[in-house]
Amino acid sequence: MIAPFTDSSIIVAGIVGIGFGFALERAGLGSAPKLAGQFTLTDFTVFKVMFTAIVVAMLGAFWASRLGLLDLARVYVPETFLAPQLIGGAVFGVGFALAGLCPGTSCVSAATGRGDGLAVVLGFLAGVAGTAALLPMLQSFYLSTPRGTLLLPDVLGVPYGVVVLAVAAVAGAGFAVAERIEAHAARRRA
Amino acid sequence: MSTAARAHGAHAYASPYVAGAGLGVVLLASYVLAGRGIGATGAFAVVAANTMNAASPAIVQSNAWLAERATGPILRDWLVVEVIGVVIGGFISAALAGRLRLGVDRGPRLGIAARVAIAALGGAVMGFGAVFARGCTSGQALTGGALLSAGSWLFVLGAFGAGYLTMFFARRAWT
Repeated sequence: MIAPFTDSSIIVAGIVGIGFGFALERAGLGSAPKLAGQFTLTDFTVFKVMFTAIVVAMLGAFWASRLGLLDLARVYVPETFLAPQLIGGAVFGVGFALAGLCPGTSCVSAATGRGDGLAVVLGFLAGVAGTAALLPMLQSFYLSTPRGTLLLPDVLGVPYGVVVLAVAAVAGAGFAVAERIEAHAARRRA
Repeated sequence: MSTAARAHGAHAYASPYVAGAGLGVVLLASYVLAGRGIGATGAFAVVAANTMNAASPAIVQSNAWLAERATGPILRDWLVVEVIGVVIGGFISAALAGRLRLGVDRGPRLGIAARVAIAALGGAVMGFGAVFARGCTSGQALTGGALLSAGSWLFVLGAFGAGYLTMFFARRAWT
């Protein structure tokens, strides 16, 4: 039987979540000042963790698919809505820089005893609830520029593997730059 | 590791590349086992919708987005259980490393009340953005990003672009 097994069982959800939270805390991503360092260009942990995770999952999914172990067409890909996702992403980024935590990391921060993490959790819940309540009035923007399931290889008109290679290469170059900027920031502090 | 963390006997953080690789394996396992990635926003949406439904069914039932997510019970929802796992996993890791600590993490200039207020405000602003983006750092950047979804990469572009722009003005809150 070829994966995905589309196992909707709660056990899988719990185990995946535990691994997710464990990895975030290991890297220090339950601490808001550490995440904020990404935006003040002093600590690139967010970039390194996020892009290492993306590259590992991307390469794993790509090769599993190439080897016939995973049917990528049956893995759920979020649908693209160009304007709401770009603008929503920008609004999200404003909140991210203010909070120093994103929704997932705020759960880790709160779980490890931090009051600011709990404040982000509650603020985010209120923000989602409030926005949802207003959504009928904002429906035209919410549903604008729909593109269905849209993948970068289709947008760029190049094979899937080429984009995989490009993302991995850009991430690798980004890691090298991040290490240099961090070393520079550390020298300035010393 | 900060001086404060060392004073409390906490262990050093793991290499971000090792932790990131671990996170990537978890994400890949989720694709393989469940046919879907991870996500935090979806769980908050389900909790919000069900809570609002308990308080005022009229509002929820006249709102398709909320009604779709208010079908409860929340503890049977995949993403809610996953986020409960995040809380447990984060707690276990911090406990093993001696990093459990009651307190408020903040920049050196900011008082506790100001930090908590800004944190709540930042959370609310993220909530607005995440509803329109249909996800956040986990559901879009990680899950959709690794599957090469165009919208997910637009989200990353918007979030980090605006994050750096915001920090241009909010720098003193952190440094």
